[in-house]
Amino acid sequence: MTTPLLEVRDLHVWFDLSHGGQLHAVQGTSFSVEAGERMGLVGESGCGKTTSILAVMGLLPPNASVGGQVLLNGVDIMAEGEDTIRPHRWTDIAMVFQGAMNALNPVKTVGFQIVEPMELHEVAEGTAARRAAGELLEMVGIPAAAAERYPHEFSGGMRQRAALAMALACQPKVLLADEPTTALDVMVQAQILELLSGLANDLGLAVVLVTHDLPVVAQVCSRAAVMYAGEIVEAGPMDTLFHSPRHPYTRLLFAATPDLYGDEDVVSIAGTPPRLDRQIDQCPFSPRCDRTFDRCKVERPVLKTVDVDHRAACHLNDVPAGAPA
Amino acid sequence: MSEDLATPGTSVAAAQGAGATDEPLLQVQDLYVTYPVRRSMVQALRRVPKQYVRAVDGVTFDVRKGEMVALVGESGCGKTTTAQSILRLVESSSGSIRFQGTDITKTPNKALRGYRRRAQIIYQDPYESLDPRFRVRTTIEEPMTIHGVGKGGSERHRLMLQALVRAGLTPPELYVDRYPHELSGGQRQRVAIAASLVLDPDLLVADEPVSMLDVSVRAGILALLDGLRRDANMGVLMITHDLSTAAHFADRIAVMYLGRIVEEGPAKQVVRNPQHPYTRALLSVVPKRDPRNRTAPQILRGETPNPVNVPAGCRFHPRCPVAEERCKTIDPQLHTAPTMQTEEHQAACILV
Repeated sequence: MTTPLLEVRDLHVWFDLSHGGQLHAVQGTSFSVEAGERMGLVGESGCGKTTSILAVMGLLPPNASVGGQVLLNGVDIMAEGEDTIRPHRWTDIAMVFQGAMNALNPVKTVGFQIVEPMELHEVAEGTAARRAAGELLEMVGIPAAAAERYPHEFSGGMRQRAALAMALACQPKVLLADEPTTALDVMVQAQILELLSGLANDLGLAVVLVTHDLPVVAQVCSRAAVMYAGEIVEAGPMDTLFHSPRHPYTRLLFAATPDLYGDEDVVSIAGTPPRLDRQIDQCPFSPRCDRTFDRCKVERPVLKTVDVDHRAACHLNDVPAGAPA
Repeated sequence: MSEDLATPGTSVAAAQGAGATDEPLLQVQDLYVTYPVRRSMVQALRRVPKQYVRAVDGVTFDVRKGEMVALVGESGCGKTTTAQSILRLVESSSGSIRFQGTDITKTPNKALRGYRRRAQIIYQDPYESLDPRFRVRTTIEEPMTIHGVGKGGSERHRLMLQALVRAGLTPPELYVDRYPHELSGGQRQRVAIAASLVLDPDLLVADEPVSMLDVSVRAGILALLDGLRRDANMGVLMITHDLSTAAHFADRIAVMYLGRIVEEGPAKQVVRNPQHPYTRALLSVVPKRDPRNRTAPQILRGETPNPVNVPAGCRFHPRCPVAEERCKTIDPQLHTAPTMQTEEHQAACILV
């Protein structure tokens, strides 16, 4: 078996709370992504998807503690914490933050903000860096001459493209994109998604797309992991997740999403996710699930392989076909 | 006139139970909203001509009782300005907005109170629209106090509980003493809806009512709005950029581009038999749930032009994939074409 480009193994994140106690935000997530692959990480707000990728970047606040492994080409870059992550941050693994388009420095030109990380990481400098910045802008669909302009002269879509160019400044192999299209209009969203797909296809960039928007993942990603209450509850090829989900949450999440051509009723999922500042000894989704049975109340299911490249954490998968559940 | 506006439900007798009726509740005709662009002193001295942002540039549509109409389009297309002028939150430049026959653009401000009670708006962000210092009871009682609804405290209390139940917050006693920060996003939006319902409005304008909410609760809020129009015979005007939501819940869809409606019709017709090239492009880029339904998106380059310089001829021609020479000079009007299945379906494109 070949080593994946990026593999996250049994990742845990705890936050120390100001009034004492801990919040277990990420509870043992494992996923991997290959070069040129587009993977989706989906779930409701607070499910731990952003925390997971911030942990991979080593960018969590000081009150967070992290456990598990982040393997880049088989080498654990989290082994010694910041010391082993720093050489890979931005140069091997880069991230586009949620709302990045609104976080550009308003008093520096866009070009300067792309050159800055290059010089900091000694990828290129001076004229070479400025030429590289121009090429990056062209790659994301902005004329190279626009490097001299300031963020306020750009539209929202262009600022998002510039934020992408900045993340790509040091030629990373993995791009973690957190809600890259959430605040954008549908036509601009289509332009950015086309760009992300192009980058994966042309540069062999591995893209992890973090979003709450299932249809976006369905259109862009080949595989996805669905997160709930800090853990991955189902992962597999996108087509399988839609057509034969093995976790009720995945099925209900699709059913809660209106589709342009779908005629069936759109149904919301009653209830709210559980609190993560206390131990969960049952299936975390069982209070909201439409197929809960006795075992769900007393035992937390673990993520198991249910088919080729398809994992799910649900007791229903242990019930033999045809048996009453 | 103001007398008529102040007594809700005068023409409810004409309503025919559930579902849309033919009686228009709201008739917007030829609505224009323009804002002057501020000139610098130097520009004024040099006599640089005054410029105007044509935010809404000739919009006509109806909302009937018990009907949900979706106004869709990208940001800057004028959909929110249209909604705001319907509520007289911004003044229109010309055109008329008739609410049950009365033109509210001509009503003096003082006489508008009755209308303001009967036309309510729900905002996009329930984190912003609720006062963080108000308990739920205060948020819902305040509009009753302002509009003099209910005789005395006990009746208002009863109406408040009733509104919470109608908005799906049951049992209401559980919520009345909470502050907004103690509620989830979906619950906050329900409180905002309850604060509108307590006045028993005839028209509900919902400006992106679910775009700030989690996917799992969106359907519940939309089903609530859907129920209000069906059961309470309210007219609902939903402003949204989400075509999937509009397709699912609205009876009719009006697609706006640069201040104009470019296509309008029954929701199913607009979505399944789109005629205007802009509508077609917009529909083609909406992500679908089923990965097998991936279609080649028809991505328009660039972004919506500035409404200060609206292109001559058809305003869509610079980005239109099928534009011809004559599109640069002819400003197309909404019309029904033989390719459409109903008279109600109209598009503003000379190639249709």
